[in-house]
Amino acid sequence: MTTQTATQRNAVSRLWNNKEARSVIIQIITLIGILLFFGYMARNAVVNLEALGKGFSFAFLFQPANYDINQTFIEYSSRSPHIRATVIGIMNTLAVAVAGVILATLLGFLLGVMRLSKNYLTAKISYCYIEYVRNVPVLVHILMVHGLLVRALPNPRDALVIGDGVFLSNRGAQVPKPVFEPLFWGVVAVFIAGVIFAWWFRRYAAQLQDRTGRALPVFWVSLGAVVGAPLLVYFILGSPIVWEVPALKGFNFAGGYVLRPEFIALWLALSLYTAAFIGEIVRAGILAVDYGQTEASAALGLSRGRTLNLVVIPQALRVIVPPLTSQYLNLTKNSSLAIAIGYMDIVATIGGISLNQTGREMECMVIVLMLYLSISLAISAFMNWYNKRIKLVER
Amino acid sequence: MSEQASYKPGEHPELPPPANVRGITGWVRGNFLSSPFNIILSALSLWFLWWVIPPAVDWFFIDAAYTGADRNECRAKAGGACWAFVGERLQLFTYGFYPAEERWRVNLSFVLLCLALVPVLFDHVPHRKYGLYYAVAFPFIAAWLLIGGFGLTPVPTDKFGGFMLTLIIGVTGIAFSLPIGIVLALGRMSKLPIIHISAVSFIEFIRGVPLITLLFVASTMLNYFLPPGSNFDLLLRVLIMVTLFASGYMAEVIRGGLQAIATGQVEAADALGLKYWSAMRLVVLPQALKISIPGIVNTFIGLYKDTTLVIIIGLLDPLGIGRASVADTKWAGLSTELYVFVALFFFVSCFSMSRYSLYLEGKLETGHKR
Repeated sequence: MTTQTATQRNAVSRLWNNKEARSVIIQIITLIGILLFFGYMARNAVVNLEALGKGFSFAFLFQPANYDINQTFIEYSSRSPHIRATVIGIMNTLAVAVAGVILATLLGFLLGVMRLSKNYLTAKISYCYIEYVRNVPVLVHILMVHGLLVRALPNPRDALVIGDGVFLSNRGAQVPKPVFEPLFWGVVAVFIAGVIFAWWFRRYAAQLQDRTGRALPVFWVSLGAVVGAPLLVYFILGSPIVWEVPALKGFNFAGGYVLRPEFIALWLALSLYTAAFIGEIVRAGILAVDYGQTEASAALGLSRGRTLNLVVIPQALRVIVPPLTSQYLNLTKNSSLAIAIGYMDIVATIGGISLNQTGREMECMVIVLMLYLSISLAISAFMNWYNKRIKLVER
Repeated sequence: MSEQASYKPGEHPELPPPANVRGITGWVRGNFLSSPFNIILSALSLWFLWWVIPPAVDWFFIDAAYTGADRNECRAKAGGACWAFVGERLQLFTYGFYPAEERWRVNLSFVLLCLALVPVLFDHVPHRKYGLYYAVAFPFIAAWLLIGGFGLTPVPTDKFGGFMLTLIIGVTGIAFSLPIGIVLALGRMSKLPIIHISAVSFIEFIRGVPLITLLFVASTMLNYFLPPGSNFDLLLRVLIMVTLFASGYMAEVIRGGLQAIATGQVEAADALGLKYWSAMRLVVLPQALKISIPGIVNTFIGLYKDTTLVIIIGLLDPLGIGRASVADTKWAGLSTELYVFVALFFFVSCFSMSRYSLYLEGKLETGHKR
């Protein structure tokens, strides 16, 4: 008896002391725990939904949405289905994200370079700006910019006019809308041909340089092919774009594109906020390239421009790009705060009004979460690809 | 010959540097006037400061109204900020709708919080060990004080608001996200596939969606996943979501630190016969956490700032209280004052956190500075 229990105990402790056996046991226990947890939640959800008489179905997406959206890139009316409202939400989110990424990058690089300036005042202005912006919640920035913008801008009647066709008022910015004539597609074709040519020329120049050492003016030839040739064709074909300029009719503007004040406020606030973070990243990236690198490339006889292009920028980018991408991701996710000022993005359309009107919390939230997850995973996938490409090749 | 020739080698008197490279003139010349481009930069900067600072000072202090019963009285007095609004609503901004006769409990919790922070933040404190035990117990003491029960009048959590709510969410998130983040990071670094995959999916999910959608999940659909008939406090749901959200980010920060530790450290711990948890606790984590301090504090700051998002699901933090106040006709349209006030509060808290992290980095620096 006693010997038998002792052997049993021995067997258990042997199993536990065996590394492989132990890891299998731990994993099985974890798996069972996770499955039990999710199973319990799923069972609760089924019971609760049954009690409320709701099923789990996405059929509501094809019923009329019955609400208006103030900024749409495609045709939409309140009789359109929820799924169309969702698509408009996605487009609005992507629009503010792309515009924000561009402006934030420009401002961020400016701030980063200013922060490293030898000029005391310039460096301090950048420092104060970055510290203030980074230490205040982005929601406060969004609300403040929106409040100031709506209050500072005049009525449509006294709208500020910029250039020839841009009107700024508290109804938003009215910008001319391009109307493309058929000949314009010729310009597009030339542009595509230019891009393909530039790509080919670059490879050819690299091969030529490898073989003979002769360097071709790649930059200027590519610029000419991608920008110059389409411009030339554009003017030869007689400028085949007509601008539809907005005009004041009654109390509001008609014609042209309208950028709602909510869009402008969100765009500015997100860009100003993210720019502060990008500024610090750029500064760190520039500081990360040792000055010895510049000296070494000068010793090799490279010109200043080539030193920057071939030695400093590639090394700085290796430090800058990964955190930069995660800032882009943050900007995209922060654009979900649009709901606070009434900009109709993903969260405000499908996750907000559609959810409240149909009472389909589960389905709506699943859609919203999946949409954001796919945007994030796409950006992360790009980041991993890029990281692999620029990774230091070690022994 | 010139005068210089009259000195013997090595006997030249030590002359001061030329006047234009030292003192205030040297500083001005070096920093502002060293090149034409630099002069342009100085001019632009000066113009910018002149354009921003005088109007801001005017709006903030000189042309501001500090007293007044409502917005019209303020506007009659001055054209700038109306701080009377903030002054009148200060109680509301601080405590939300917490019952007035019970507010001593909030004050007491705040004092206890400061006491709990002392042993955590500084290491030359007498009896630090007991202080740390107290700090671990503090969240539970504070929860009892604030919610009540067991001898205190119960206060429902929907009365919580203002800066008090910000601190509750922030401190809870900070206190619980660090340990959860460490466990998640270790899980992600684990060689056991199931544990690795669970940790990775959790972290990537949390980091892939905005906090606001998680808060929506907490407020609209979490009830479906709970046993029928159970009602879960909204504040508690928010606290859980904010903590989980921050721990996803924390895990990635700590993983960065773990990856920076050389494999030799783990192998050395193995060679000494340490088990997994002892090796982690005594060898790997102290080094990994030290490297990750800047990232950890950044995550804390981010979490603290993100507490403002709770207004979107209807909790009344200072921003929510203020937005309700400026919708009132008495103080209508004073939103700029409100946002500036809230921004100032967050700036002070977050800036001191980042300064503390710099101090900590300096203190823990044991490597060799080049």
